[in-house]
Amino acid sequence: MSRPPQFNFRNPADERLPVKILLVLLALAYLVFFLILPLVSVFFEAFRQGFEEYYAALIEPDAAAAIRLTLLVAAIAVPLNLIFGLAASWAIAKFEFKGKSFLITLIDLPFSISPVISGLVYVLLFGANSVLGPFLKSYGIEILFAVPGIVLATIFVTFPFVARELIPLMQDQGTGDEEAALSLGASGWQTFRYVTLPNIRWGLLYGVLLCNARAMGEFGAVSVVSGRIRGLTNTMPLHIEILYNEYNMVAAFAVASLLAFLALVTLALKTLLELRFGAGATGGRH
Amino acid sequence: MEVTISNIRKEFDRFPALNDVSLKIASGELIALLGPSGSGKTTLLRLIAGLDFPTSGKIFFGEEDASHRSVQDRNVGFVFQHYALFRHMTVAENIGFGLKVRPSSTRPARSEIRRRVQELLDMVQLGGLEKRYPHQLSGGQRQRVALARAMAIEPHILLLDEPFGALDAKVRKELRRWLREFHDRTGHTTVFVTHDQEEALELADRVVVMSQGKIEQVGSADDVYDRPGSPFVFSFIGESSQLPIEVKGGTVLFQGQPIGIAEASDGAGELFFRPEDVELVDAPDALFGKVTACRRLAGTRIAEIDIANDGHAPYHVEIEVPLHAPVELRSDLRFRPTRWKIFRK
Repeated sequence: MSRPPQFNFRNPADERLPVKILLVLLALAYLVFFLILPLVSVFFEAFRQGFEEYYAALIEPDAAAAIRLTLLVAAIAVPLNLIFGLAASWAIAKFEFKGKSFLITLIDLPFSISPVISGLVYVLLFGANSVLGPFLKSYGIEILFAVPGIVLATIFVTFPFVARELIPLMQDQGTGDEEAALSLGASGWQTFRYVTLPNIRWGLLYGVLLCNARAMGEFGAVSVVSGRIRGLTNTMPLHIEILYNEYNMVAAFAVASLLAFLALVTLALKTLLELRFGAGATGGRH
Repeated sequence: MEVTISNIRKEFDRFPALNDVSLKIASGELIALLGPSGSGKTTLLRLIAGLDFPTSGKIFFGEEDASHRSVQDRNVGFVFQHYALFRHMTVAENIGFGLKVRPSSTRPARSEIRRRVQELLDMVQLGGLEKRYPHQLSGGQRQRVALARAMAIEPHILLLDEPFGALDAKVRKELRRWLREFHDRTGHTTVFVTHDQEEALELADRVVVMSQGKIEQVGSADDVYDRPGSPFVFSFIGESSQLPIEVKGGTVLFQGQPIGIAEASDGAGELFFRPEDVELVDAPDALFGKVTACRRLAGTRIAEIDIANDGHAPYHVEIEVPLHAPVELRSDLRFRPTRWKIFRK
């Protein structure tokens, strides 16, 4: 009995084995060289002289102050941008009004201009030669080279994260659910609390995580307004740079590793949520 | 509850979506708003619900002017076209939502809400599905959850926007019958929007035919089908053909020739007739044309006929021909309408 001739059917979207291996290796090499290697070297450098040195570098007063300041700035900037992002995307997605596309462009502004310029804007606004600066100073309010300036610059730079994440999501969901809730007698707040918020919760969380990562990591804008007073207006990224410039490698990398660690925690949190609540979690769609 | 819509006008960016619409809906009635897309039927439904507000005119619930009452205060049950079920809530939570959000003074106890939800689930025949989420339900089931959710607040009036639009044909037919029974059982004043005339004619006590922001005709299925009040209604509902004619001395003339039917008052007009209201005749005073196509349609046979129009594109009419005597293509056919309507120009 003759067997039917064998055909080698190949998935049209498939590639030959050598090509496959080559592409995978290329991608891996790229990943290792640009992402994993730098990250590993940060931790490697940080622990080069042992855990004692590492720990000492972190509890050193100036470093501790920088860590505290970074956490404080993020703790102020992230909730404010959470509220603003929610309000802006609510307005943009659920209502029709004049100047809507202008508002969307405005929200994107911090993404499109260099952070250094974002910082300079506040120097121009509150600096010694400005109108507002001396006026506020006469009332004892310091903006520039103080915590308020750093917070302002950070808010500006992290402005779009939450809104950008939510606007497409909310536009996609439309107003049907809200109308249904209202028709069932729910008040505006109840509608927001029970219907709108649960519908966007994963998108919102993702936006907040990104916003937080950037708020803690921002360098350019903050470096312009902070004045870099050790122990007072140095955030973690600024402190790292100073240590680095002083050739204090272990300390620089110790603080850097902490910052990187915070970013990794953020990413891990996001991945965990995605795994736990399915692929649609970050998008919030079903 | 009786609902009176009085001289409603609604503009969107200066464009009138509804123009001087008045309608009286009796208590317990099942009304269909029927029309093509853009006719304003959904706008009218949303105005009744309070999801939109009229530019001018008033809406009365019973004797009371409800025009300025918010959607929360109107107590209407609204079933949305795509149901708008809350995706993160179970079926039971969806149905109980309207009770849960009531102010504490009128909110039923938790156990009472649970009992009501159970009752409604049984009413829409979804008992046992209370723990499911909307995405775990079929289209027909979602539809009934949406209905139960709307009914939970004991609405004055039930409003449904294209209730069967998103369902496949078979489910649609079943649900249609089911909704009719549901209405007869509960006796709620119900208004639903549809673009499907079959749905409207079969289901509704009265059909409101709408076009371009106006009500064209209000009447029973028999009224709008047998006695269309306007050229739009005649051509929108059912099949029909139309020809320009002139009435002279009580005789109807087409292209200057008598066609064997009589009409009282003289003048130019448009003759409308349905394919089934036609007889084949062997007389000189009749319409005649060439058969261009012949098709079987369920229990009938329809012939498409071109009537020559002196150098212009021919008039196209469709008539029913006997099943047992198939007509030949390109043969000449003579016929007269047995029932017709002439609308004056």
